[in-house]
Amino acid sequence: MEKYIEIIDAVKSFGSVKALQGVSITVKKGEVVLIIGPSGSGKSTLLRSVNRLERLDSGRILIDGESVTDPGADIRHIREEVGMVFQSFNLFPHLTVLDNITLAPICVLKKNKDEAIETARRLLAKVGLSDKEKAWPEQLSGGQQQRVAIARALAMNPKVMLFDEPTSALDPEMIKEVLDVMTELAREGMTMLVVSHEMGFARAAAHRIIFMDAGQIVEEAPPETFFTSPREERTRKFLEHIL
Amino acid sequence: MRGSPFSDRNSKDSGKTTINVTDGTLIPLKDEGTLLSAWNISFFGAIALLVILPLLSPDPYLRILSFVPDGLVATFSVTLVSIFFALLIGLFAGLGRISQKRFINRIATVYVEIIRGIPLLVQLFYIYYALGPLLRLKGPAAAIVAMSICYGAYMAEIFRAGMQAIPRGQMEAALALGMSRSMAMRKIIIPQTIRIILPPIGNEFIALLKDSSLVSILAVSDLLRRGREYASTSFRYFESYTVIALIYLVMTLFFSRLVAMMEEKLRHRGKVH
Repeated sequence: MEKYIEIIDAVKSFGSVKALQGVSITVKKGEVVLIIGPSGSGKSTLLRSVNRLERLDSGRILIDGESVTDPGADIRHIREEVGMVFQSFNLFPHLTVLDNITLAPICVLKKNKDEAIETARRLLAKVGLSDKEKAWPEQLSGGQQQRVAIARALAMNPKVMLFDEPTSALDPEMIKEVLDVMTELAREGMTMLVVSHEMGFARAAAHRIIFMDAGQIVEEAPPETFFTSPREERTRKFLEHIL
Repeated sequence: MRGSPFSDRNSKDSGKTTINVTDGTLIPLKDEGTLLSAWNISFFGAIALLVILPLLSPDPYLRILSFVPDGLVATFSVTLVSIFFALLIGLFAGLGRISQKRFINRIATVYVEIIRGIPLLVQLFYIYYALGPLLRLKGPAAAIVAMSICYGAYMAEIFRAGMQAIPRGQMEAALALGMSRSMAMRKIIIPQTIRIILPPIGNEFIALLKDSSLVSILAVSDLLRRGREYASTSFRYFESYTVIALIYLVMTLFFSRLVAMMEEKLRHRGKVH
């Protein structure tokens, strides 16, 4: 399979804190890669660098051969093709669910309104929220908001989806409804880079797990070997904590 | 004195940022019974006096009341035109205050610092008298220019605080969807900002309405000046200024009530749909 995301020697500091110390990852088309690691390990920073919400100090990131990190890059065009789902959902509170989903397709992709609405309704059905299109974000539960956020990202018809701890802000009973949508997406062949500690999702959908600590990749392996026979001592310690 | 116009009120239970207006104007709230009755006493008391006094002694009260309406028109025109330009200036200066471009940021900040550091009365004198030979502005025009520039600085701080109150994730979500920074400002940040800054802007409007009485010294025939004109020809100072004070009181109390209702409505928006 072809390389889709290439992260080459990514380095990033916040003041004196070294968030990334030379991280390289390749994600193939249709692959689902899960990044885990303790807080402060740089995993979110890495994810946010992929659509340049964070700028790297050095290193390169390519998506489908196109440079993200090059200062002259058409970052807006790249972002159109890279969907992102945030820990805190970040739905637009002044817009209804339907308007949340149709805004970017209409304003950015210049789709006509009917077409955008049709797509939005199809996606709402897919995430199981057809009856909520007229609702306001604050009327929805966290799990519902996150599913709308996924639909909003999918409405741009992205080639890759980034998930930044999508279930960390959710109550336990709502986690499954979000993970089900993500698993379904993975099954359809979406290329996904996911920062999460959901081991159920890791087993069900991930092709590869990357364990990061202190801004570096400690270990990467397919889920079955990763959980049963981790090579590194640090990985074993971490797994003991979360499993 | 003005305090910071922003602080969180009930942010825990409503989950939304609301703004606590700490300016001098009395803003009655539904759940504050004493404030409400204070408002009732002042507002209806002032109206009652404005009705009873002319009935009891038409001379001079009825004469004063029929003498000042064109002053009222002048007061409102100066206030409305000034607030319009102050909002425009405030929006751009507020954007400048949060701009990442250092030069623009510095200009906006210096503007705000200078203007807020000089009393409005001095600014009025400065534009009318000191810059008079240069600008050649007539009284009303000078008044509007001075008040727009002055209140623009206060508006800028309201816009800045309002935009900064929007969580960073909103801008990030908009950028992640491929929007440009300016499109994200227009479609995401500013619409949300307007919702939370409407009450403090309403409050600035009330403050400006009161401060507009200062323009009476620039040969603008506003409410106060009309009262003074009546007083100086009739020597009825007590009666004239009593009426003027009552009219200002009725207006400001009326508008602060309006602002309070707007604030209440905005806070509950979204839950009623």
